[in-house]
Amino acid sequence: MSAPAHAAPAGLPPGDSSGARESITSWRPVDRIGLGLCWAAGILLCVIAAAIVVYMAVRGLQYLKPELLTRSPQTGLNQSQTGGFLDPLVGTFILTVLGVSLAAPIGVATAVWLTEYGRPFWLARLVESGVEVVAGTPSIVLAIFGLIIFQQHLFAFLSFTAQGNAVLGRSFFAAGAMMSLIALPLIVGATREALQAVPGHLREASYALGKTRAATIRRVLLPAARPAIGTGAALGMGRIVGDTAIVVILLGASLQLEGAGGGPVVSTLRGTGSTLTSYVYNNSPAGEGNAPQKAYAAAFVLLLIVIGLNFLVGRIARGGKEQAWTR
Amino acid sequence: MDPVTPPPIRRIVVDDEPTVVGPPPAPPANGHVGGPGSPAGVGSPAGVGSAPGVPAVREQRRRSAPAVAAYERMRLEALTIAYAAKPAVRGVTLPVRQGEVLALIGPSGCGKTTLLRSLNRLVELTPSATRSGRITLDGDDVDGLEVNRLRRRVSMVFQQPNPFPMSVFDNVAYALREQGSRRPSQSELEPAVVDALQRAGLYDEVSADLQHAALRLSGGQQQRLCIARALAVRPEVLLLDEPCSALDPRSTATIEELIVRLRSEVAIVIVTHNLQQAYRIADQVAFMYLGELVEYGPADSVFGRPREQRTRDYVAGAFG
Repeated sequence: MSAPAHAAPAGLPPGDSSGARESITSWRPVDRIGLGLCWAAGILLCVIAAAIVVYMAVRGLQYLKPELLTRSPQTGLNQSQTGGFLDPLVGTFILTVLGVSLAAPIGVATAVWLTEYGRPFWLARLVESGVEVVAGTPSIVLAIFGLIIFQQHLFAFLSFTAQGNAVLGRSFFAAGAMMSLIALPLIVGATREALQAVPGHLREASYALGKTRAATIRRVLLPAARPAIGTGAALGMGRIVGDTAIVVILLGASLQLEGAGGGPVVSTLRGTGSTLTSYVYNNSPAGEGNAPQKAYAAAFVLLLIVIGLNFLVGRIARGGKEQAWTR
Repeated sequence: MDPVTPPPIRRIVVDDEPTVVGPPPAPPANGHVGGPGSPAGVGSPAGVGSAPGVPAVREQRRRSAPAVAAYERMRLEALTIAYAAKPAVRGVTLPVRQGEVLALIGPSGCGKTTLLRSLNRLVELTPSATRSGRITLDGDDVDGLEVNRLRRRVSMVFQQPNPFPMSVFDNVAYALREQGSRRPSQSELEPAVVDALQRAGLYDEVSADLQHAALRLSGGQQQRLCIARALAVRPEVLLLDEPCSALDPRSTATIEELIVRLRSEVAIVIVTHNLQQAYRIADQVAFMYLGELVEYGPADSVFGRPREQRTRDYVAGAFG
């Protein structure tokens, strides 16, 4: 076909090049108002987003100094002596890695089972509802639930045990486990969607070559779903990085990383600490530290991390589209 | 441009196949259209004779790959397949012979594809499907064979080219490797991969870059890649489910030649909607209608002297 303008309905005067375009002057007023509201809503959202970024950048950059990133926090009344937020930064990193590395395998496994097996039907429905419940549970509820669980003596090895045999129940392990529940539904959802998008004839092509279901999943379906798994994991990371409730309740109240013994890495993971979110909370006027300048600086860093993760999601998703194979 | 001008007609030029676009040779009344070497009494196909040059192309295909002695590899006995309560195939008995191309023809929904998919037990993937009757491969009941071994012996190519989202090399290598493993290594597999690509007539086009993404190939190349993938496991029977329906005439011609050439190494069963294609490449033709096998026999007699009225109507294009 030549130019699409020529496909315009007959009856239009020849040579009217705008004929294919619909003019909104012919719309009813209510539709025009609706369209105006749509425009306004979109623009408002852009303005709000820009305001957040610009405001945080102005306030944050004002107080952000390189040494804040390299020094541990100290307690003190004088803001100039309370150190930086190295420990919260490390804490955020540890918690994110821990949460995602727990959530990714479980999430992918769940998605594979749901899409490729999903029998018996009632069990699949049950698993689906389970994922939905986890997705819908507020993180503060997950945190309280986690505290109950990890204070059991059974899980004493995952946190600090005080004298008198009381289990603290607060540690990177405990917080990481609950954080993984936040990321899990996102990974399950993204992976399921990707697996469902794999056309049935591709599965059949693999079966027709005498491949087992397991081989098909490993060599055909999971590689096809890889970009989506990446997207889901990055989205989950964003949620973990931004969560405060679980950190405040399950990571202990120590601003610094405090090991709980049992080997160099394990000690840290069993110990308590903080993240950027809890640091911001602590130092905001609402918290105990009352060092709003540092709160702004840390909040800006947090915002940068989350924006960076969002950017990553976009990149992964686009990369996935380039190798799209559904035609 | 004047908006009412229709778009220009694009002509597809098939330059190395002049016989395809040439005028139809006028078949004699009780005609012998076949050249020397074709069986005596070859009739002019009632329906397909009107197509330009089909018999000539058939002869060309035949000559490029002379027939070998055919022998039976698979046999269907009283095969009935139903989806839920609705029968799709009713009591079909049919041999599948190596050295011959068997074409299954018939209108849409007559059970051709279901029958094809039952040969490698792919029909079992449909939960509601039930089967009765016997299918044997070299005398063994296919139900007694381990299903994945069976599917390596009875390989399949689908209607839609469906290469995996990997490189050309990996597509063929995937078929060769043991289930999910990565062994044997790339260098060990290279000869077998190249051999499969050569047999599918694709090697010359992709030899420069075997790591090329399979999905970037053209549709015809993708389909030949799928054939290479199916041939790589050295199957004994090759099932083709309308392999050319998504392809242009030129790719179709390439694949038809390939099919005729392959029939000496594997038994070939092809489902096709295209009667001319069936006539061009098939040695034996089975006409199915509403799940029943109406007529089975050599292509020349099914097209030229159909015994059944329903076959006659169909090959004349009455209800295709």
